Amino acid sequence: MCGIISVIDRLGNSMDGEAIKKALSLMDERGSGEGAGYAVYGAYPDYADYYALHVFYDNLLEPKAAVEELLEKWGKIEHSEEIPTYSSGRMVKKHIPWRYFFKPDTSLFANRESKEEDAIISLIIKINTEINGALVYSSGKNIGVFKASGWPEEVADFYRIQDYEGYLWLAHNRYPTNTSGWWGGAHPFNLLDWSVIHNGEITSYGTNRRYLESFGYKCTMLTDTEVVAYLADLLGRRHELPPEMMVKALAPPFWDEIDEMPEKDRNLYTAMRMAYGPAMMNGPFAIVVARPDYIAGFTDRIKLRPMVAAEAGDRLYISSEEAAIRVMEPNLENIWMPDAGEPVIGRLRR
Amino acid sequence: MTTGATPPKYKIKIDDDECMLCERCIDNCSYGVFRREGQKIVADSRKCTACHRCIAMCPRDAITLIEKPNDYRSHPLWTRDAREAIYKQANSGQIILSGMGNARDYPIIFDRIVLDACQVTNPSIDPLREPMELRTYIGKKPRQITLEKTKSGDCDLKTKLSPNLKLETPVMIGHMSYGAISLNAQLSMAKAVSEMGTFMGTGEGGLHKKLYPYQDHMIVQVASGRFGVDINYLERGAAIEIKIGQGAKPGIGGHLPGEKVEEEVSKTRMVPLHSDAISPAPHHDIYSIEDLAQLVRSLKEATEWKKPVFVKIAAVHNVAAIAAGIARSSADVVVVDGFRGGTGAAPRVFRDHVGIPIEAAIAAVDDKLRQQGIRNEVSLVASGGIRDSADLTKAIALGADAVYIGTAALIAMGCRVCGSCYRGLCPWGIATQKPELVSRINPDEASKNVANLIKGWTLELAELMGAAGINSLESLRGNRDRLRGYMLDEEMLKVLDIKPIGA
Repeated sequence: MCGIISVIDRLGNSMDGEAIKKALSLMDERGSGEGAGYAVYGAYPDYADYYALHVFYDNLLEPKAAVEELLEKWGKIEHSEEIPTYSSGRMVKKHIPWRYFFKPDTSLFANRESKEEDAIISLIIKINTEINGALVYSSGKNIGVFKASGWPEEVADFYRIQDYEGYLWLAHNRYPTNTSGWWGGAHPFNLLDWSVIHNGEITSYGTNRRYLESFGYKCTMLTDTEVVAYLADLLGRRHELPPEMMVKALAPPFWDEIDEMPEKDRNLYTAMRMAYGPAMMNGPFAIVVARPDYIAGFTDRIKLRPMVAAEAGDRLYISSEEAAIRVMEPNLENIWMPDAGEPVIGRLRR
Repeated sequence: MTTGATPPKYKIKIDDDECMLCERCIDNCSYGVFRREGQKIVADSRKCTACHRCIAMCPRDAITLIEKPNDYRSHPLWTRDAREAIYKQANSGQIILSGMGNARDYPIIFDRIVLDACQVTNPSIDPLREPMELRTYIGKKPRQITLEKTKSGDCDLKTKLSPNLKLETPVMIGHMSYGAISLNAQLSMAKAVSEMGTFMGTGEGGLHKKLYPYQDHMIVQVASGRFGVDINYLERGAAIEIKIGQGAKPGIGGHLPGEKVEEEVSKTRMVPLHSDAISPAPHHDIYSIEDLAQLVRSLKEATEWKKPVFVKIAAVHNVAAIAAGIARSSADVVVVDGFRGGTGAAPRVFRDHVGIPIEAAIAAVDDKLRQQGIRNEVSLVASGGIRDSADLTKAIALGADAVYIGTAALIAMGCRVCGSCYRGLCPWGIATQKPELVSRINPDEASKNVANLIKGWTLELAELMGAAGINSLESLRGNRDRLRGYMLDEEMLKVLDIKPIGA
């Protein structure tokens, strides 16, 4: 189960959250009321140069003080505020969502890789593993993830998703089967610029997790989707694979297909599988991975979960259901069902 | 002290009504159990090793073999084995030798680990209808791939790969030397691995010319005795293995008695006829990881960096740190042999009391290599007591890339695990060099049996993976989430890094 929907406006024009809220709500029967969420790219233009850290606090005393002490020690908090929420009906504020616009002082991380992104990752891992009652669940620049336990429309109303604007949206309706529904476990999963929505179960989770751990990542979210965000960060950012090849590492061609390829491709894909075998994902899945300049949707290698793509003008949609896309855009120009493992990539052209 | 003969361990009975006096039992028993007395076959049960050759060959099922109940005074501490060992040593003053693997009743960890299967929330995969990929590459892997985009938008591969072995199934046959086992036994296994797209080890006995047609599926071994090693040998192998230790006898070397060194063995091993071939415990040019690295690189240099180099160690307490050192020595593959590994001959006290089980060793090595961020750059082969496809699957889920089997392959050729390999009288023609016994193996037939075994395990592995919703071996490797411990204590669960059942 689980319902996913995403859209990118390839010219970078903004969309508010109203349409995607309705589209996701159409897929209510793909969830269980235990988790829904939205990610929007372009959410914070006023703080575009800062990392927008969204944190769930269990209370505003010890964990908040500990997080802020840590952030102030390793960089500068430009602005912070509670994320506005509107409780109604069944939605209970289980955690207090807070956001910081933060810039790390990379000179303080001189002994490590000095990239800003690595500094942010190490701070997130520290908070998520060492500070009880605090969980960083969104950390990109000009990106916001909004999620909670509840139905799609409840979560949207809780955050007033319809009031946010961005050029790229992801949304997810969760039907948890592995772990109980909790706010941190809802999708989208985010790390830095990467956000992920996922329908399915990753049966290779144990292998993927252990592989990621050897590169310094720590999985703290108690669910399998987390590894996709980290794998995207590892392969897409740190190893600089282009999106098509990143997807081919995560859902590679079968050996039989590789054996039939011309020599150049055969060597390339053999090398990819040899190096990235532990990163390949197994089990049923349909996934959309987003970063500021593209979305990439793909399914597992034998397509055990549905995925449909469609275009209208400059917009590319990827979803579990055609009907959900049609809620957002009734007049589609092009609609297709991608082959198993084949990436659908929508790039920003601006 | 005077010690008398010990009671026979086995009792042979012949049903005279069924026996047709064909004397096949006499011909087949290399231990001399049977003789004919007039119109009767008589058995000397004291000589019996329970090899079952007579039973297998009797056309009338006239022979019965029973393990004799303990007729010593029963005692929980002074068991039959304990007492008989004392009698033996009181008589001989020697080290007690034994064959095959550890014969102690330690709990088997594999049997306390259960596998996962999918139900409803994710689908099982049917290997009969869907692709199931068991191919794996053994050798050094790059940490990352570097690509360059061409003008046409393609990606060019910039990373140069190290040589790897391509396995169509993650089951290899471990090193059993020509000398320890017969040429026909080696030939049978070599044919089988060639057919199945996998590999076997030569052991430290050199490579007989009859095995040359299968050399692309053979891993040649450099052990401390350096028997049979020259550039021709190294160049013929698909890979080279440096043997530091073996699971059945960690910390000690090997000894092929002179009587097994007949002409062909002597030529192949490059040792004088009928001389004892003694492999020392240490390699006399390796006293540190740095020395090991020199040998690894020397072997690579000698073979123009075209072959992966394996290093095999016995599973011991500090195996993880040792394996990490090996991984950094330029070796491509670390082989860890657990304390249930087989042997042609080992001091019994070593075989039964030294080392650790392979399950714990793989888990510890895999963990350490991951902590050091180098797990994916080196392959890990597990061996030592892999009995079936369940052990194979669990070993891979714990972190191995592939396994070596030894005893299982011998059993496929007829071995009955009688544990008398060191005597050179194997009635099944396996652990012997006596021509009349060796000829009992027909390599064409025996190779089918070995290939069938590997095929059967491979099919079962595919089914187990499919049940767990996994369609490629890469996704099973190190996937400890697919394992649960049953009746294992907390500390062992921690070492294995698996959850208990129900969690």
